[in-house]
Amino acid sequence: MFKKILIANRGEIACRVMRTAKRMGIATVAVYSEADADALHVRMADEAIAIGPAASAESYLVIDNILAAIRETGAEAVHPGYGFLSENQAFAKALEAEGVAFIGPGQRAIAAMGDKIESKKLAHEAGVSTVPGYLGVLEDEAEVLKVAADIGYPIMIKASAGGGGKGMRVARSDDEAREGFRSAMNEARSSFGDDRVFIEKFIEEPRHIEIQVLADAQGNTIYLGERECSIQRRHQKVIEEAPSPFMDEATRKSMGEQAVALAKAVDYRSAGTVEFIVDRDRNFYFLEMNTRLQVEHPVTELVTGLDLVEQMIRVAAGESLSLGQDDVTLTGWAMESRVYAEDPERNFLPSTGRLIRLNEPQQSDTVRVDTGVYEGAEISMFYDPMIAKLVTYGEDRLSAIAAMSDALDRYRIKGVGHNVAFLSAVMAHPRFIEGRLSTDFIETEFTDGFKGADLPIDRRNAMRALAVAHERRSGERGAMIGSAAMSKARPLQVAAKFILRENDETHQAEVSSVLDGDGYDVSINGSRYEIRGRIEATEWLFDGTINGESVTIQIERDGIRYAVSHGGCRMKLLVSPPRFSEMLAKMPIKEAPDMSRFLLSPMPGLLVSVAVGEGEPIKAGQELAVVEAMKMENVMRAERDGTVAKIHASAGSSLAVDQPIIEFE
Amino acid sequence: MQDIIKRLEDMRAGARGGGGARRIEAQHAKGKLTARERLDLLLDEGSFEEWDMFVEHRSTDFGMAETKVPGDGVVTGYGTINGRLVFVFSQDFTVFGGSLSEAHAEKICKVMDQAMKVGAPVIGLNDSGGARIQEGVASLGGYAEVFQRNVLASGVVPQISMIMGPCAGGAVYSPAMTDFIFMVKDSSYMFVTGPDVVKTVTHETVTAEDLGGAVTHTSKSGVADLALENDVEAILQLRRFFDFLPASNREKPPVRPTADVADRPEMSLDTLIPANPNKPYDIKELITKVVDEGDFFELQPDYAGNIVIGFARMMGATVGIVANQPMVLAGCLDIESAKKAARFVRFCDCFNIPIVTFVDVPGFLPGTSQEYGGIIKHGAKLLYAYAEATVPKVTLITRKAYGGAYDVMSSKHLRGDVNYAWPTAEIAVMGPKGAVEIIFRGDLGDAEKIEARTEEYRQKFANPFVAGARGYIDDVIMPHNTRRRLCRALAMLRDKELANPWKKHDNIPL
Repeated sequence: MFKKILIANRGEIACRVMRTAKRMGIATVAVYSEADADALHVRMADEAIAIGPAASAESYLVIDNILAAIRETGAEAVHPGYGFLSENQAFAKALEAEGVAFIGPGQRAIAAMGDKIESKKLAHEAGVSTVPGYLGVLEDEAEVLKVAADIGYPIMIKASAGGGGKGMRVARSDDEAREGFRSAMNEARSSFGDDRVFIEKFIEEPRHIEIQVLADAQGNTIYLGERECSIQRRHQKVIEEAPSPFMDEATRKSMGEQAVALAKAVDYRSAGTVEFIVDRDRNFYFLEMNTRLQVEHPVTELVTGLDLVEQMIRVAAGESLSLGQDDVTLTGWAMESRVYAEDPERNFLPSTGRLIRLNEPQQSDTVRVDTGVYEGAEISMFYDPMIAKLVTYGEDRLSAIAAMSDALDRYRIKGVGHNVAFLSAVMAHPRFIEGRLSTDFIETEFTDGFKGADLPIDRRNAMRALAVAHERRSGERGAMIGSAAMSKARPLQVAAKFILRENDETHQAEVSSVLDGDGYDVSINGSRYEIRGRIEATEWLFDGTINGESVTIQIERDGIRYAVSHGGCRMKLLVSPPRFSEMLAKMPIKEAPDMSRFLLSPMPGLLVSVAVGEGEPIKAGQELAVVEAMKMENVMRAERDGTVAKIHASAGSSLAVDQPIIEFE
Repeated sequence: MQDIIKRLEDMRAGARGGGGARRIEAQHAKGKLTARERLDLLLDEGSFEEWDMFVEHRSTDFGMAETKVPGDGVVTGYGTINGRLVFVFSQDFTVFGGSLSEAHAEKICKVMDQAMKVGAPVIGLNDSGGARIQEGVASLGGYAEVFQRNVLASGVVPQISMIMGPCAGGAVYSPAMTDFIFMVKDSSYMFVTGPDVVKTVTHETVTAEDLGGAVTHTSKSGVADLALENDVEAILQLRRFFDFLPASNREKPPVRPTADVADRPEMSLDTLIPANPNKPYDIKELITKVVDEGDFFELQPDYAGNIVIGFARMMGATVGIVANQPMVLAGCLDIESAKKAARFVRFCDCFNIPIVTFVDVPGFLPGTSQEYGGIIKHGAKLLYAYAEATVPKVTLITRKAYGGAYDVMSSKHLRGDVNYAWPTAEIAVMGPKGAVEIIFRGDLGDAEKIEARTEEYRQKFANPFVAGARGYIDDVIMPHNTRRRLCRALAMLRDKELANPWKKHDNIPL
């Protein structure tokens, strides 16, 4: 076995690999860019080597720098994680030349599966079912339109070297095909340095189901069941689970066997994933094979009881698999949520900044948090905005979902926008609970974006009742400031009746302390809520019972208001005695300043281009500017017809969030 | 007897009716509450003891003899906020436009005099059209009587002005001399001369809101401390603010019980200071993470943002926070920030409130506008305020403490009681680059040499140890222990006694 391995990656996956290495008694080496000098993976590693500036093209993607780190530390093997150099044949080759083991597949498999066109041909030959499409490289728009006509709309345009949703466009018309072709090529060029794209039939209401395979160098290949990753946004997976609620034993076996056949066809070793698209009749088609550890591998680990990283390391060290296909069993259900630094209420735009507060749910037998950050760490604009993977386990799907909902309620992130509330809303969504998933789930179920979950009235009232209990506690403490003399003359009555205001809505509340133990009895609009648990301004997480039921609710006071969140629902509440509320009703409603005349930068990023000039008339839907952040190009379009008055920022300048780019007349 | 009681009830009803239903409706239409409604919210329910309800003006000119309203346009008395005594006056815009008559002024003076005798704060809710012109000089005399009391009460009891309507001309000088001014957005304004006069004299066209509205005074002039959304929110915030204040200069700061433990560690502070010394960070994160419950009542947040001031609590007791803000102008001191902080420091010193100072200051802002504007005298105000303050002074240098600004920011030499530094502190005459360019002027052409010298200077001075060796720093503390160490220092200083030499009063450079 290796004595020391280097992890050529960052973030949660680097930390994840190190955990297993440490357990196996293997020393770990981290590499880091300038932006990551204080990162968690650097803190966790036994040794850490700086490999260049923040931009990954100058650090994590520079093979020579990684090789130098290997030489400096004497690492015997390299785990590449996912992304970066994990599927880079040149890297695998360089390691081989250096006499260092690559904890991953052989070069042939990487090369064959790395090219989407090549991989489809291979899959076809190996008897794996594939999606109808045109596997050649497209030269120009005319060819795109011709091929599209042959296959029939809708079509999918994809980068040959692509992955992770980058360089991918769906087109339903010739116009969309032209634009999709152009933008897919551009994105492919900037993301992968390779602008080849191809076309395939786009399958409607599809599910994304993938098979985990594991192979050793001796030719033993097995499959470890499936993962369903249908909950995606812009082709980025958001929620994954194992097993799939859609799977039956026959389909699993047939998909598994095809996956194994493909793996064998390329002499695969190590862990790999064969991705399929599955239609509503359980027809499945090969999408691609990922020749690396997947982000969502933990759900497979939880239902199989295997440590995939350990398996990869053992295989790389030449050991044969210690289990055969018959030893693989799937027990229980696992669910994974990707916690992203992105703001669902701002159309999921990435958010960067310092993690001013980060409280993760407690790890346990049923809760696993794969994180790459800590409170006070920075989410930088240079890398993927994933904060952590939250994984829960249960004996069946519903208990895994319940565990996830609870864990999400305990997650506190401040300083950057995040999608925790959105994840909670998905967990509570009836269609999700029923398991009727498809890759357009988010698009179709959250058509108008995300504005917070719609909780049942009883839950909302419980949240309100908690705010009232806090206000009461605050009143009790306030009364204790008082000087004794006045209180003798006129004992201060701590307020017991309140009105809650939530935007324009009001609710009546009454509160009384309970004599034995912590808590308050609160009535909201006449319904009674017995709150039992610690109520103090320091307790941002209520972890007690309401009407005998265990509930976790986050609550924080911000000036004169309370911010309460639970189950994906966030409330801003003003709790005051009735006399204040009566007067508030007399207060004028003030309109927010009108910013509709401006095109504002939706996120911190780089202004790539401005497509219009001052004085130019514009039509709704017309492209105005392109803002790049997190390597994604975001095309900003006109919301209505108008005229450009002034351009406030020029191409190439970096933008702050809400910075005006264009002013309209 | 029955007749008298009947008459009393009638008079009370008359006083409560203010300027009548029509005017009250007009007041509401402007989004404003009446004088009594405001007091009803400000004070604990049922705690208001009203005085001088029957006072009427004594003017007879211009038909005034026939128009009398009991109370004469101001409601006065005392009550409690969270059980603590406070004297109040609330001007009633529905009665003679809240204008100040001789009698109106006498009512205000009466509560101020009593507040000073018993040692309780005075809150004025201002909503007045100005002087009662019909009364002429008697009204002016009334103002001056109030001004005189504002001055005598200054430093004896806290005085807070909430501007909830017009406040123009000479009337502005009473709030100006109180300790804090809060303003309500869109419905209040303060100016010495109004838009019409401005137009006539300087030909500038400006609205009342732009000339003296809440936003103007909290972002441009620095006259007011807070701009609040509407009457109700303003009063809720005022109640919250009041809880921080001692009742008088005879009292220790109030204590509110808290569940926040004094030795709470805050690991994330270890990464607050960015590796790059030129990269800013938000000093408010430090403040909210070390004070009780993260509850920081910031004053003047939109004015001179390079310094942050406000109240918080530690171990339940009020402290005043002064902090350089690296996010704005790199946290350097300038005219506005020095004035802002100096007045706050003096308030804390008046009322026995310990001052916690967080230092990250690269120096004074250079430039002609600063020098022509008198940075010498204005900067001296902050220096003076810290130097004369005898309350407990606890200081933490987080990063830069350069040059004269180091001295100013509650340094050991200005009788700082406990002066801590984080390991990232750099206490020096100036930054390494600037220093080397002066000391090694001869080597300026040689980039390599300069770099080596800069590194040498950095090694030598860009750390807390040189100051530590001289005892200017009491200890170097780990950021995550900041709350624990500050709490201990404040606990040690609880009964600190220190007096300045006797003098009639000092002569701060105004």
